[in-house]
Amino acid sequence: METAPKPSLWLRLANPAAFNALANVLLWPLIVGTIAAFGYGLYGAFMTSPADYQQGETVRIMYIHVPAAWLSLFVYAGMAVSALGTLVFRHPMADVAQKAAAPVGAGFTLICLLTGSFWGKPMWGTWWEWDARLTSVLILFLIYLGIIALWRAIDEPQRGARAVAIMTLVGAVNLPIIKFSVDWWYTLHQPASVFRMGGPTIDRAMLTPLFVMGLAYLLLYLVLLIVRMKTELMVRRIERLQIVAADKQARQGGSR
Amino acid sequence: MSAILAVIRRELTLARRIGAGVELGIVFFLILISVVPFAIGADQKLIGRIAPALLWLAALLATLLGLDRLLQADEEDGIVDHLQLAETPLMLVLAAKALAHWLVTGLPLSLVAPLLGLMLAIEPQAMLPLSISLLIGTPALTLIGLIGASLTVSLKRGGLLLSVLVLPLSIPTLIFGATVVKEAAAGRAYSTPLMLLAGVSLIMLVVAPLAAAGALRFARN
Repeated sequence: METAPKPSLWLRLANPAAFNALANVLLWPLIVGTIAAFGYGLYGAFMTSPADYQQGETVRIMYIHVPAAWLSLFVYAGMAVSALGTLVFRHPMADVAQKAAAPVGAGFTLICLLTGSFWGKPMWGTWWEWDARLTSVLILFLIYLGIIALWRAIDEPQRGARAVAIMTLVGAVNLPIIKFSVDWWYTLHQPASVFRMGGPTIDRAMLTPLFVMGLAYLLLYLVLLIVRMKTELMVRRIERLQIVAADKQARQGGSR
Repeated sequence: MSAILAVIRRELTLARRIGAGVELGIVFFLILISVVPFAIGADQKLIGRIAPALLWLAALLATLLGLDRLLQADEEDGIVDHLQLAETPLMLVLAAKALAHWLVTGLPLSLVAPLLGLMLAIEPQAMLPLSISLLIGTPALTLIGLIGASLTVSLKRGGLLLSVLVLPLSIPTLIFGATVVKEAAAGRAYSTPLMLLAGVSLIMLVVAPLAAAGALRFARN
């Protein structure tokens, strides 16, 4: 009887039911982990870690800001991998993952921009500076918004998934070029000197809460991703059921 | 090869017949340039300073305006299906369409740019670099636009979305292009930004037809 080889976990996950089963197992431990990491990280960031000798208490914004910046890039990288999954391997979960990830990534990028702005006001004396890093993060945010807009514009999930996958990959090819060009443009301008964070040596008292916050953000991302993927699967299932129901009704009701 | 030439010839004929040929493109640039002093005041010095940026923005706008019809009309009457079935690779056909689009937008702008530059009080020594930078850089804008056009081809009102997708990607072109003119106007060497600009155009020449052909193909099955 057992002639066919057992499919790998990767293949089995293509089945929404199998994915849901795994997601349900993973979800609660992840939620608990997220809450614990945020609790420990925020306590470390706002209570036990020292204030900076130059920046004072404002340095605490860093614990919110820097992990958001990490995640904004990490999520995009994940989306690019999902895009390959859609186009090359045709994995049915890939586009679900990508669709679920885009708004979360845009959210992290927005957090990064906003907290950076809050930090910039007391430190630089301005809400916004056309600094190389700020500008490239802003462009990353715009690319996220373009991808989300493309998802919304194409109503067929299959077609939309491939269009978005191509756009994501084009964006991934372009991001390094954009980053480089913006850096280059910025060094040409030579604006007023800008305070850089603490320099290369950050004390361990600050580094530990920072990394814990990074872990907390990562766990939060995974929780949001799984919940959004489950929701997306459910939305698609409801749409299918509605079509079937409407079809059935049309057959029974005749020309009514 | 003859198929490619036929595609280019067809595009140019179409552009001329619907009154969107080279002449209209030049009139568009002229109007765009004439509107500027009304918006920012007749300050010759200020206009001279922002003129390179203005001409590059004009190139960007002109490219964007024609883009949503670049593939959509062909999609609606089924020509895209035929192009896919044809022996000539879809990539090359799309590159030919992009070339035709550039011939009626980017090329005329590059040629009349010195004239517009005179009106905008650009330094005389920056005129030639201005033309060269537009000549080298506008293909990149058209090619990036080709990707956007193929992604939004099936949408009824794709124009706005197309701009949202395309504009962030065209930032490097804008940076390097405007820098060439700025550096030349200040009497400095401008070969570095010019070469980077050429690099962006070449990368787009490789990436854009591939991505656009993929987008069109995937839109079907």
